[in-house]
Amino acid sequence: MTNQKKQGSQTIVFENPPVLTSWATIVGPKEGEGPWRSDFDWVMEDYEFGEKSWEKAETKMLRETIKLAVSKKNYTPEDIELMVSGDLLNQITSSSFAARELQIPFLGMYGACSTMAESLLTAAMAIDGGYFERAVAAVSSHYYTAERQFRFPAEQGVQRSMSSQWTVTGAGAVVLEKGIYGGPRLTCATIGKIIDMGQKDANDMGSAMAPAAADTIKTHLNDTDRSPDYYDLIVTGDLGKVGSALVKQLFIKNGVVPEPNYSDCGVLIFNDNQDTHAGGSGCGCCAAMLCGPLLKKMVQGKIARLLLVATGALMSPTTSFQGESIPGIAHAVALENL
Amino acid sequence: MNTSADQLKKIEAQEYDDLVNQTKPKPTVLKNCIWAFVIGGLICTLGQIILNFFMGQGLSKLDAGSATSVVMIFLAALFTGLGWYDVLGKHAGAGSIVPITGFANAIVASAMEYKREGFIFGVGARIFSVAGPTLVFGFAVSVVIGLIKVVFG
Repeated sequence: MTNQKKQGSQTIVFENPPVLTSWATIVGPKEGEGPWRSDFDWVMEDYEFGEKSWEKAETKMLRETIKLAVSKKNYTPEDIELMVSGDLLNQITSSSFAARELQIPFLGMYGACSTMAESLLTAAMAIDGGYFERAVAAVSSHYYTAERQFRFPAEQGVQRSMSSQWTVTGAGAVVLEKGIYGGPRLTCATIGKIIDMGQKDANDMGSAMAPAAADTIKTHLNDTDRSPDYYDLIVTGDLGKVGSALVKQLFIKNGVVPEPNYSDCGVLIFNDNQDTHAGGSGCGCCAAMLCGPLLKKMVQGKIARLLLVATGALMSPTTSFQGESIPGIAHAVALENL
Repeated sequence: MNTSADQLKKIEAQEYDDLVNQTKPKPTVLKNCIWAFVIGGLICTLGQIILNFFMGQGLSKLDAGSATSVVMIFLAALFTGLGWYDVLGKHAGAGSIVPITGFANAIVASAMEYKREGFIFGVGARIFSVAGPTLVFGFAVSVVIGLIKVVFG
């Protein structure tokens, strides 16, 4: 008996594709100053969000985003059977602390900035597997919690390198349900391999992740036997300006050229004059773009088929100091209006 | 077999590295140098003014130097607390890191950052997380120089 649910080497195809029935996003003040303000549900006035620490603020942001996504369909957290969530902090505390209050059965995910796609495809597998009818996939990242964990204290007077990216303060949550409702569906997903091309500069994660993104996109198209123009938009998570310039070169090398349908959330999320250097990054980057403008455009019918390729750089400050190169990963999820 | 595969991988990594270096934006060296020179120079000029003031008040050159350091460190700490020093540092780079004010900034920034983890395991344990290396190697070098002075002086 052949496996109908897996296609090619790395792609899973959902038999009864789960539907994205509602979603929400809360972002930070800087993201609110970007081009998509009206597409986000809520823009925080400051980075504390009424809490005593940035970590608490991130937890609150994630928790409130999930509550908001759930309430849009008049559900309460008790109606949700599974929460699949992750963030950038050590021991993914933002997610588990949010789950502590929401009391939804919880699976923690860590895929660095690729966590949104990882959570979505895990939740979708749980639903299409027939175990659950309703799940929520969510992620968060916060500029100041990420800075203090991965880089420098906030008030330290340092110069950021030109290739460094700005961690997006934002959370996104998507409610997925068994495919009996209308709405964009998660039809298939490609689980990426770790690709490490020996890049070591932790201030240039776009370069470290670009080969993984190129590999996953190529594998996805091969596995599904699709051409790049099958999708109205192929969007990577947070390669930023440097990474997306590199991935375009790699597309040419691989013989798959999705342009002009290709873009990158890290490039899109901020305006050029916001002084982020190479654009946005972090779990919240593609989560905010997905749960903000992208899904909105899908509902409006402006995008019928979207391939979200969330990219992650799986290093820690410890491995960087020990001279290890940065392992990159990318997971792709295909969202389609059927 | 294995070695040729390894070699291929190495060549691929090298090729990719070349591509990255072509694509990466170049650091704005000239602009950074000018900013560092101007801001660093201004900080030093301010120090000189304060030094002259103390000497004018009758302090010896050595005492006036110590008093100037105290004032400069205080100002840097104050500016860090007000959230101004990181804005300065973003443009000035080495110009605001190298003077004694940069050292004060590194310590105060760490203290502010880790206060939420408490005074013992937060501030106490991590106040030198950025400035620590400067202290360690500063002390090491001073010991070496001291020894040289004892032996040859």
